[in-house]
Amino acid sequence: MENFFFWTFVLTMIGSGIGVIANKNPVASAMNLVLMIISIAGLFVLLGAYFLAAVQVLVYAGAVMVLFLFIIMLLDLKAEQQANFRMLGIIGGLLTVLLLGIGFFLAGKNITSLVGKMGIVIQNNSIKALGELLFGNYALAFEAVGVLLLISMIGVIILSKKDLD
Amino acid sequence: MQIGLTHYLTASGILFAIGLAGIILRRDMIIIYMCLEIMLNAANLALVAFSRYNSNLSGQVLVFFVITVAAAEVAVGLALIVALFRVKHSTKAEDITLLKF
Repeated sequence: MENFFFWTFVLTMIGSGIGVIANKNPVASAMNLVLMIISIAGLFVLLGAYFLAAVQVLVYAGAVMVLFLFIIMLLDLKAEQQANFRMLGIIGGLLTVLLLGIGFFLAGKNITSLVGKMGIVIQNNSIKALGELLFGNYALAFEAVGVLLLISMIGVIILSKKDLD
Repeated sequence: MQIGLTHYLTASGILFAIGLAGIILRRDMIIIYMCLEIMLNAANLALVAFSRYNSNLSGQVLVFFVITVAAAEVAVGLALIVALFRVKHSTKAEDITLLKF
């Protein structure tokens, strides 16, 4: 059963990821991105990270994608008229992806020997433990992220003012 | 077949490559931002998989921070795109040549 869900989520994720970059219409790309984010949330559930799955759906599929769609509607973007993929870009992109794939493959072979205990899972993925870690060891980083959010909010307000110059 | 760490890492690598290919191939800045999100999500998936198979929760905390920073980054980036659109009336990357010598 876990295998079925894993392959379903992974295939949905990769298919909609390709859909994001293959669609000419920005709205269709955004919808594919929502599908990709939700299938990643499903993978998080399979990995036992229930809190992160909820955060993924709330923050990404909720807040971030609404922002994307809002901007697409606001700027009234039309679908790209013609396929202006340049030949050099396609060759360079495919070459980069190929080299990156080889690199990941070589790195992955070392990683499997490094981790060792594959498939052995200790159930400590409770939300309580995560919260204790977040507000204990990482309390300073948590505060810093709060300040970062405040700064970005102020920055967005300043950037959105009419007289930018 | 038992699903292991390698499966998740392979899926994460493929997703990262898709995001990178999108950034190289596409011209629209909003699509480029979406591809950035894809790459961040691929990294998140790898982090959660490592966290699970090493039974170390710190990876999940890092993913939490990555999600927060990504949300802030998207807000600022989209505000920049809107500000650029007001000046240039385009979101194509090749039209933004203000700093070109």
